[in-house]
Amino acid sequence: MESLLLRSGAWFGVALLALVAFIQTTEPAYAVHMAIIGVTALLVMWVGMAKTDYLAVLNGWIKAPVDESRYDDDLIRWGVILTVFWGCVGFLVGLFIASQLAFPALNLNLEYTTFGRLRPLHTSAVIFAFGGTALITTSYYIVQRTCRARLAFPSLARFVFWGYQFFILLAATGYVLGITQGKEYAEPEWYVDLWLTVVWVAYLAVFVGTIVKRSEPHIYVANWFLLSFIITVAMLHVVNNLSMPISLYSSKSYSLFAGVQSALTQWWYGHNAVGFFLTAGFLGMMYYFVPKQAERPVYSYRLSIIHFWSIIFLYIWAGPHHLHYTALPDWAQTLGMVFSIMLWMPSWGGMINGLMTLNGAWDKIRTDPIIRMMVMALAFYGMSTFEGPMMSIKAVNSLSHYTDWTIGHVHSGALGWNGMITFGALYYMTPRLWNRDRLYSLRMVNWHFWLATLGIVLYASSMWVAGIMQGLMWREYGADGYLVYAFSEVVSAMFPMYLIRAAGGVMYLGGALIMAYNIAMTIAGKYREEAPMTETPYDPAKDRPVVPAVAAAVAGE
Amino acid sequence: MSNYDALRHFADSWGLVFMGVTFLTLIGWSLRPQAKALHDDAANLIFDKDHDNG
Repeated sequence: MESLLLRSGAWFGVALLALVAFIQTTEPAYAVHMAIIGVTALLVMWVGMAKTDYLAVLNGWIKAPVDESRYDDDLIRWGVILTVFWGCVGFLVGLFIASQLAFPALNLNLEYTTFGRLRPLHTSAVIFAFGGTALITTSYYIVQRTCRARLAFPSLARFVFWGYQFFILLAATGYVLGITQGKEYAEPEWYVDLWLTVVWVAYLAVFVGTIVKRSEPHIYVANWFLLSFIITVAMLHVVNNLSMPISLYSSKSYSLFAGVQSALTQWWYGHNAVGFFLTAGFLGMMYYFVPKQAERPVYSYRLSIIHFWSIIFLYIWAGPHHLHYTALPDWAQTLGMVFSIMLWMPSWGGMINGLMTLNGAWDKIRTDPIIRMMVMALAFYGMSTFEGPMMSIKAVNSLSHYTDWTIGHVHSGALGWNGMITFGALYYMTPRLWNRDRLYSLRMVNWHFWLATLGIVLYASSMWVAGIMQGLMWREYGADGYLVYAFSEVVSAMFPMYLIRAAGGVMYLGGALIMAYNIAMTIAGKYREEAPMTETPYDPAKDRPVVPAVAAAVAGE
Repeated sequence: MSNYDALRHFADSWGLVFMGVTFLTLIGWSLRPQAKALHDDAANLIFDKDHDNG
């Protein structure tokens, strides 16, 4: 009772502080954020004090089985649902801003819906909302099963999960309202950054706590990748967001770093967000879900460890390749390029390790659409980790930098690798978390696979053409030394490619909506009646012993 | 010598040696012949037929 009183008092205190800031600030956007914080604190207080157990009511809505298993799976079920939700939102906003580039009228002449505000909404929705929720969800799933232990600090684990969702809410509303510190992939302002820091430290405590109380002597390699992701993101986030707010009643802050130092810190952060959030974290998923779905151990555990240490030691230096031909010292640019090229090796080692896990069971690619999805994810991991180092070479970068080639590269990684491996993990976990015999429909997984794959192909190929064309047109000099093309000519030349890209986005979003329906029906406990993915081939005419030619001739007489 | 120079020269001398040796030790450790059996066990630990899909 006393602890309830204390907790309610604390939430009420948070609401009061938010109210003070709400009154004191002169910025409408900051006031909206303070209102969101205040209302949320009051809601959490009320849920804590209410007689009804609202969390149990919510769990009833999603038909969560009463948790009697060895593992603490309540949050993971919510995580599956939210990952699907954020995926659909992020892809939809992506499709919308892709259409804005083709048809500028879609900016709607409103400050809230301009490309500049919706673009960070899209990138954060897919990376941090979809990807981040997928990472927290799957890391909770994997760490419990590979350690054979329930989550450590259950209430802290709940704080991490819902606290992260609250971070997403503040970040997303902030972008639309125009609150940004202007650092790519690190747009949220100081108070949202502080909140994420608290959530992230708690996440580290839950993850390490679960590893410490494990009943399995060895720590499985997926946990190495996930732990490195959590630790590195904490370090990157704190250093890149060191800044001083101009007032406690303002969203605006100034970075500790200026000029080229700021740029280098930002891209040290930015590239390692790719390296540790989108690569190491998702490799943790890969090293668990691919062997589980294939029902065979990873091809080479030794290679997975070499993969791990090489990624750790090399990725952290690759950031300067984002700053080729800038004020950054030349040696630092070259260092970034060299380390990027060295990353070829471990990345391909990891891809081969994942693919070869299917060695001896390649037929599963034909019969199991979930495996097919995971294999496509690995193929895109390989392709984008080939393309990336190539683009980091200075000579190539002088053509590709600032063009849509970069956008195409990022999406072959994000849609192909991160998206596909996440879809595979969601399809793997859903029937198991809700005690269903199987998914609602395997054929729908197949539809999702083909829509997503064709969507990425359209996206990546149109952006290659657009980017290379753009790069070549920008650098085209006439005989008299003037640039041949005006910037506007380059923009209008890209119109057809923008349409193709948007068509790819429609297909990718369509696939995700099919997944949402499939997973919702699986949760509802329905099974679609459908022909199996493969029939057992049988031809009675051929299923008999070979008749020797002589015997056949005798019988024929 | 400025801080920049001092740090820069430390990074490309002792820092580099330390990183390189640590990296090679970690890789070498996983290449020990005895590690094979341990790795095989570790690779299979995610398969537990008895409970909740491992």
